[in-house]
Amino acid sequence: MLTFTLRRLSLFVFTMLVLTMLSFSLSFLFPGDTVINHSGQINASAEELAELNKSYHMDQSIISQYGAYLKHILNGDFGLSAVNQSSISHDILKLLPATIELSLVALLIAMLIGIPLGFVAAIYHNKIADSAILSLAMLGYSIPVFWLGLLAILFFSIGLGWLPSSGQISLLFEIKFVTGIQLIDILLSDSPYKWQAFRDASLHIILPACVIAVAPATIFIRLSRASMIDVLASSYIRAARAKGLNFRQIIFRHATRNALIQIIRHVGLQFANLVTIAMVTEVIFSWPGIGRWLIESIYQRDYSAIQSGLLVLSCFIFIIHILIDFIYAGLNPLARGNKYGS
Amino acid sequence: MAVTTMNFNFFSIFTLVTFTSLLSGCNDGDKLTLSERSIIYCSEGPPETFNPQLSISGTTTDATSKQLYNRLLVFKGKNNILAPSLAKSWHVTHDGKKITLYLRQDVSFHQTNYFTPKRLFNADDVLFSFNRILSKNNAYHNVSSGQYPFFESIKFNELVDKVEKINDHTVRFILKRNDSSFLANLATDYAVVLSAEYAQQLSANNNQHNIDILPIGTGPFKLKDYRVGSFIRFYRHDDYWQGKAHIEQLVYDISPSKTSRLTKFLAKECDVSSYPIAHKKITDRKDLTLESITSLNVGYLGFNTQKPPFNDKAVRQAVSLAINKQALIETVYQDQATRAKSILPETSWAYDNNITEISYDPKRAKALLASAGYSQGISIDLWAMPLQRAYNPNAITMAKLIQNDLKKINIKVNIISYEWTAFLRRLSQGEHQSFLLGWTADNPDPDNFFTPMLSCSATDKGSNHTFWCNKKYDQLLSSALHTSDINKRKSYYTKAMAIIKEEAPLLPIAHSKRFQARDINIEGDILEYFGGINFYQVSKRVSKKVDGKALNNTTMISSPKIIDKETMPIEKVNN
Repeated sequence: MLTFTLRRLSLFVFTMLVLTMLSFSLSFLFPGDTVINHSGQINASAEELAELNKSYHMDQSIISQYGAYLKHILNGDFGLSAVNQSSISHDILKLLPATIELSLVALLIAMLIGIPLGFVAAIYHNKIADSAILSLAMLGYSIPVFWLGLLAILFFSIGLGWLPSSGQISLLFEIKFVTGIQLIDILLSDSPYKWQAFRDASLHIILPACVIAVAPATIFIRLSRASMIDVLASSYIRAARAKGLNFRQIIFRHATRNALIQIIRHVGLQFANLVTIAMVTEVIFSWPGIGRWLIESIYQRDYSAIQSGLLVLSCFIFIIHILIDFIYAGLNPLARGNKYGS
Repeated sequence: MAVTTMNFNFFSIFTLVTFTSLLSGCNDGDKLTLSERSIIYCSEGPPETFNPQLSISGTTTDATSKQLYNRLLVFKGKNNILAPSLAKSWHVTHDGKKITLYLRQDVSFHQTNYFTPKRLFNADDVLFSFNRILSKNNAYHNVSSGQYPFFESIKFNELVDKVEKINDHTVRFILKRNDSSFLANLATDYAVVLSAEYAQQLSANNNQHNIDILPIGTGPFKLKDYRVGSFIRFYRHDDYWQGKAHIEQLVYDISPSKTSRLTKFLAKECDVSSYPIAHKKITDRKDLTLESITSLNVGYLGFNTQKPPFNDKAVRQAVSLAINKQALIETVYQDQATRAKSILPETSWAYDNNITEISYDPKRAKALLASAGYSQGISIDLWAMPLQRAYNPNAITMAKLIQNDLKKINIKVNIISYEWTAFLRRLSQGEHQSFLLGWTADNPDPDNFFTPMLSCSATDKGSNHTFWCNKKYDQLLSSALHTSDINKRKSYYTKAMAIIKEEAPLLPIAHSKRFQARDINIEGDILEYFGGINFYQVSKRVSKKVDGKALNNTTMISSPKIIDKETMPIEKVNN
C-alpha cells in the first residue's frame, strides 16, 4: 500500500508541475503585460509595478520567474481579478464549495439511479427490460445539457411551479458562510428559520443536480450492466447457482458486491466529466459556483482569473481522482499491485 | 465486502435524514414563514451608488430614494401635487426668493450595525445635505466624484444663494431669483436628506467614502447587505416616522437579463419584476398581474422651422394632419402608450382636459399643402434616432410608417439615421428638415416640458431642435414661472399649448408607459406617478393553509388583470 501511495503522490506532484507550467505560460501567451497577467493589478502605480516585478522575479531567468510564480501559488496568492480587482483566491474559496456540493449531490443521484438500472438490465440481459433501459440510456446520453436544463426549467419551474429555477437558496435567507457547502452551513447556523432554509436549499439543488446527473447516470448504467454481465458469467456465480442458492442470494450476496468494485474505479473518471457538465449547468441555473464564475471570466477576458480558475479546477478534479483510486485500492487488493498510474 | 454494505447503509440514512428534515420543514408553519414577511423584487440592474444625489440613473433611484431616504417634500397623487414630508409646512415670500421650511421633530435615522443615531432629524441634516451639493468647500462635496448631475442640470448652484438655519427645526432657502419650479425640484428623487451626525462620525474615523456606500437615511427601509451585482437586502426601519412598513425584509434580486427576470418571476422566485417582457404570458396567468403607469415623457415628430419647406406653417400643419398617430401607437408602441394630445402628459396637474389635438385628416392636409403652393408634391428628409428609448421604442419603424402616410399627400420621405452622438450633434447644428425624438421630464413641474423643448433660449442650448422661437409663447412661460397660483399657471400653460397646436413646430405622438409585473398576493402601490418605485405601502397577503396545502384566497382573482393607474381614483392627501 505504501508504494501505491507513493506512486500516486509522485504522479500528483508531476501533474501539478505540468499544470502550473501551463498556467504560467498562459501569462505570456495572453495579450498584455506578463506581470499584470500574473497579478491582475491593472491599475498599479509605478511603485506597485516595480514591487510586482520584483516579487515575480521578472528581471531574472524564466526558471526563476516560474519559481516565483509557484511560490505565489503555494502561498495561496492567485492575484487579483482584472475585472473587479477582488482577490481571486478569496473568490475561489467562496465559490468552489458550491460547485463541490452540486457535483457531489449530482454524483450521488447518478449513482443511485444508474447503478441499479444497469444491474437490472444485466439481470434481464437481452430481454425487453434490457433494451428499454439501454435505449433510455442512449437517449439520456445524447441530450445536450443546456437544452435539458432549459426544458427542466420550463417544465418544473414555470409550468408546474414545483422547483425554483435559479440560485442556491432563496435570497430571503441569510446563511453565514462557514464551510461554503450550503446544506451544512444551514445546519450549523442558529437562524430561527433554519428548517425553512434547509427545505428551500434542498428544493433549489434538485433541478440542477438532476440535470447534471443525467449524462453520468447513463454511463453508470452501461458500466454496471457490463460489469454485472461479466460477474454473472463468472465461475463462482455458476458454482453458487450449482449449490442451489436462490436468485436473491446470488444477486445480493455475491454478484452485486463484485460488480460494484469495477464501477467504483470509473467514478473518478466520471467526476471530471461531471464537473464539465456542472459548469454549463451552473450558468443555466445561476448557481453561484466556480464554473459560472470561470465562464463569466472568459466572457470578460479576465486572464488572471481564467488562469487560476483552470488551475484550481483541474487540481480539484485530480485530487478527487486520486481519492477514488485509494478507495478502489482499499476495496480491491488486486489493484494495489498496479504498476502504472491511471 | 462489508464496505459496500456500509455504503448502502450510509445512503439510506442520508436519504432518510434529508426527507425527515424536509417534512419537519413543513411543520413549523404555524407562525408566518420568512417568505410571507418579505418581498423579493427582480430589478433590472445594480445601483451605481446608494446616494441618489449623485446619479440620475433610474435604476439607482429605484433602489435608493424612496426606500432609504425621505425628501423635504413629496409629490402626491395622480396630478403630482406637492405635499409635506420631512418639512411639515413651508412658506414662500411674495417675491418668491425666500422659502422657509418647518421641519418635523419626530423623525429618526436608521440604526444599523455601522451607525447608531444619538439624536433625531433636525435642521443640521438639511443644511448638510444641500451644502454638500452647493458648496465646493464642503468636506463631503468631492467625496465620490463631486458630480451631482441632476442639480447641475437645473443649475441649482446658480439659483440658490444659500441655505440658512433659523432654528433647530426651521430652514430657509434664499434664492437669487424667483423660480416656481424650485419646490418641485426639492421633491424629486434626487433631493434626499442625509444624516449630518453620521457624516461627522465618518469624518472622525476618516471613512468619508462610506457615506454613499453604507447609507444612513430616514426612509422606511435600511440597508442590511449589498453583494455587488447580485442582490441588495433591506430590513424594515422600525422607528419610521410614518409608521413601520408592512414587510420586514425587502430584497432586490439584481437580474439584468430580461429572460432570466421573466423566468424567475414566472417561477415565483420573485414577487415583483421590473420592466417585464412577454406581457401576454403574464396576463394569461391567473396568479400574476401586470400593471403600468404613464410616464412623464413625450415622443414627437419635430420640424426645423428655420429651413424650407418647414419654415412655412401650412406645411407643418399639413404634415401633422396627414399622420395617423393611432396606427403608430398600435405598431411602434404595441398599444402600450397613450396618444399625446400636446407635449404635456395628461398626468400633469397643468394639463387641461379641454385641449384638443391635431387629428388625422389627410384630405385637409392635401388642401393645405396645395394652398401653400406645393400641389405637385415635395421631397423631405426625416431623421430617425438610431436607438431605443422609452418614449420611442423603434424610430426607424415609425419613420417608415410616416413615410407611407405622407406618400398619400404626395410628400416623398427620405429616412436618415446616424449613430447617436453624431445624430444629436448634427441636430443641434440644424442640418435636418424633420426628426423623430422625445423628451423625458426631470421633474413633474410642467415647465420642464415647455421651456427645454420649445423656448427661444433652448435653441442656443441645443435642446430645442425645431429652432422655433415665439415671443408670445416665451412670455407665457415666464409669466407662469413668476406666479405660484396654480390656477393662473395652469391657464398660462393652456394658452401655450394652444400656440403649439396652432404653430405646429412639432407633432406630439405618444406618452409611453412603464410596466411592472407582480404576484397577485402582493398588495399596495409600488409604481409612483413620478420618479422611482416605493415599497413602503406594500404588503403580502398570506395564503390560507388547508390540510397542509396552501390555497390562495380566491376573492382577488376576479379583479381586473391590468391595473392601469390612470383609471384608478386619485389618492387622498393625508398630511
